[in-house]
Amino acid sequence: MSVILTRKVHFCASHREYSAALSEEENRRVFGKYANWHGHNYLCEVSVCGEVDASTGMVIDLKVLSEILDDVIMRRYDHKNLNLDVPAFADAVPTTEIIVMDIWRQIVPRLPQGMGLHRVRLYEDPTLFAEYYGP
Amino acid sequence: MIYLGRRITISMAHRLNNPQLSEAQNRALYGKCNNPNGHGHEYVVEATCGGEIDPVTGFSVDLGAIDAALRREIFERFDHRDFDADFPELAHVISSGENLAKVFWDLLAPHVPEGATLA
Repeated sequence: MSVILTRKVHFCASHREYSAALSEEENRRVFGKYANWHGHNYLCEVSVCGEVDASTGMVIDLKVLSEILDDVIMRRYDHKNLNLDVPAFADAVPTTEIIVMDIWRQIVPRLPQGMGLHRVRLYEDPTLFAEYYGP
Repeated sequence: MIYLGRRITISMAHRLNNPQLSEAQNRALYGKCNNPNGHGHEYVVEATCGGEIDPVTGFSVDLGAIDAALRREIFERFDHRDFDADFPELAHVISSGENLAKVFWDLLAPHVPEGATLA
């Protein structure tokens, strides 16, 4: 019996929407005030799927999942500047869409055998989220 | 495909009632949701659109266009209104959450920006 299990992770980070491919004026025109440095309390929902283990009743050992999310999300993003401190975003604009795809790509190879990643949803604020179901 | 969602809240009154059923049948079917004077909710509406990421901006959809459509088609139309009493053109719709989702979808779909898909 396959079940989807979701863990929520909060992290705080600063960023700005600013593209090196555009001039200062173009950045202002495209991104407006979001081209300024600012911050968010992000909320990430990571949904894994797998068979329920008959002896434990669990889809995944939650300690294993917590370690994965600590590695992928907390150590890399929490209380960081996403533009300057995260190598994955050196050549990208760290929008909610870009970040959610990075989280997906980092989690997949770390999952135990037989486990799938169903969805990653990332809230930039309570009213705005990006979600990814994989390529 | 990557999806971007916006959440808005609207305060709206409604009553679950099927005019083709009797009073007793409506009461049995909908219980307290059939209260004769109606009731209300703070509805949370999530509109999610899919698109491909623009390599320059990092955006997948035009959020400004989605926000404008949500404000004009949903919020300004329905917020602080009575769904069943104030919209004769929607009198045929039983105002369940399911039907409201469909009504809102039909209002938003024509205004989704080019390159994006309402999901």
